[in-house]
Amino acid sequence: MLNYIKLIVLGLITLFALIAANFARDLAYLVNALIVAAAAGGVFLWVLRGIDEPVVKRDLSGEYMDGVVRAGVIATAGWGVVGFLVGVIIAFQLAFPVLNFEWAQGYLNFGRLRPLHTSAVIFAFGGNALIATSFYVVQRTSAARLWGGNLAWFVFWGYQLVIVLAATGYLLGATQSKEYAEPEWYVDWWLTIVWLAYLAVFMGTLVKRKEPHIYVANWFYLSFIITVAMLHVVNNLSIPVSLLGSKSVQVFSGVQDAMVQWWYGHNAVGFFLTAGFLGMMYYFVPKQAERPVFSYKLSIIHFWALIFIYIWAGPHHLHYTALPDWASTLGMVFSIVLWMPSWGGMINGLMTLSGAWDKLRTDPIIRMMVISVGFYGMSTFEGPMMSIRAVNSLSHYTDWTIGHVHSGALGWNGMITFGALYFLVPKLWNRERLYSLSLVSWHFWLATIGIILYAAAMWVTGIMEGLMWREVDANGFLVNSFADTVAAKFPMYVVRGLGGVMFLTGAIIMCYNLWMTVKSAPAVKSAHAAVPAE
Amino acid sequence: METYSLLREFADSWMLLALFLFFIGVVLFVMRPGSSKTYRDVADIPFRHEDKPAAAGDIPARARDAKEA
Repeated sequence: MLNYIKLIVLGLITLFALIAANFARDLAYLVNALIVAAAAGGVFLWVLRGIDEPVVKRDLSGEYMDGVVRAGVIATAGWGVVGFLVGVIIAFQLAFPVLNFEWAQGYLNFGRLRPLHTSAVIFAFGGNALIATSFYVVQRTSAARLWGGNLAWFVFWGYQLVIVLAATGYLLGATQSKEYAEPEWYVDWWLTIVWLAYLAVFMGTLVKRKEPHIYVANWFYLSFIITVAMLHVVNNLSIPVSLLGSKSVQVFSGVQDAMVQWWYGHNAVGFFLTAGFLGMMYYFVPKQAERPVFSYKLSIIHFWALIFIYIWAGPHHLHYTALPDWASTLGMVFSIVLWMPSWGGMINGLMTLSGAWDKLRTDPIIRMMVISVGFYGMSTFEGPMMSIRAVNSLSHYTDWTIGHVHSGALGWNGMITFGALYFLVPKLWNRERLYSLSLVSWHFWLATIGIILYAAAMWVTGIMEGLMWREVDANGFLVNSFADTVAAKFPMYVVRGLGGVMFLTGAIIMCYNLWMTVKSAPAVKSAHAAVPAE
Repeated sequence: METYSLLREFADSWMLLALFLFFIGVVLFVMRPGSSKTYRDVADIPFRHEDKPAAAGDIPARARDAKEA
């Protein structure tokens, strides 16, 4: 019966998407409508083919739901390579503008590719990593199978659809021009549905947990899911111009809109890229080090301090604007207070290794996790410093900001995700070990040196251009034109591109290593060939 | 008083105090007597149930420890 309802709903969605494609007012909407029709139509056929198959009821409560985690691991690695590749391309487009090919203007020029890069690495790579690891961690630490049956699969595929719709929309010009929230209204609505399903799966699993205590990693994951839901809805309050077109108009305007955008934008950093990934840290670092977290008390204080303080830091993106001074001072002060929980968390992660530091020499995966926590500490030191108004007057609008973002994103988010993937793949595919540890070492060094080249180049060029912009002669006239700073930045842009190439190469090596692990590493010999019936 | 000023005044005073007290409360709660033993136990959660969920009849870990002691 349920299958018939599914068929009716999917058929209607396909029909309406095709009608929408027919009447589409712009190209991006047309293509997105066709993608929705293809996706709904595909699922329709899939449901139809299995409609009268006998349903075998099997009690699955005795095993974890790992299929969706496996899919998430594959998606994370795949989207990661795509996102890094687009990043490398746009880095070279900045160094060599001729790479903005004339024949691809309006599709593959820097302006169109840049949001594709940021969304691909943050939401496709990072988002899939968070969804996959949260599903893995919440099951293990709750000692319960995922709640909601196939709802977890809906979350996975629904999220991939969001990514594809957003990516094609960017290339064809659908954007609401909000940084990190570029997708237009219909993608926002769909993401809201998927995200609520995600919340339901996660909460449902927590509710039916067998461990009386909710492990701290789950607190971080839960705060990430809830806060992102709130941020997403408020920042994307917009009214579509037409139900048959991609354009929408924001409800907020002027400085209120800017403040809402950066309240969203900075908390996307705080709760998506920090709280969620701290959930990963609090599970995978202890697991890989084979010892419990350094101080559980500190981890609880870390959690509450982080979520109480981060939410106020957004206004530091709007120094010297129409935003009232008191608000930007508030943002600055809270940013600086953030030093405390950030470093508390970093110390907690690093000290988990105390007594096991020798593992750093032998285990490249733990090395990856440690350098990631190190980069977390470094970029959470740099960020508050840059939020101070006087420093910001030099750093804002320069490449220093880009360097800061990448030392956090590549160093902290990238490296902890790589560590988690190396941990997960042998477990999920039931392999004794990884295919090659020396390839992990290659990945580690390529990525680390790549990040250092990237960040160092951006510090130099950022501070240089900041100083050039403010340089005045004896009569008070500006010395440099904007084009002078662009010319002066060329060598650093090339170095930055090369750093990106190294990071990308490392990620490709990882994919090969993980693929070979699944294909050819020896399987775990079952310790209990015959499980007694209990 | 207009809504903005009212909310602003409230946020600056009572709400600020409430949030601050909640946070201090969390810190004090974490430091409560006997918490070290509890937290030593729960910090081990990642090392249990690696391969399969707890069976229906499993007793929670803390109760088991208490029985062994």
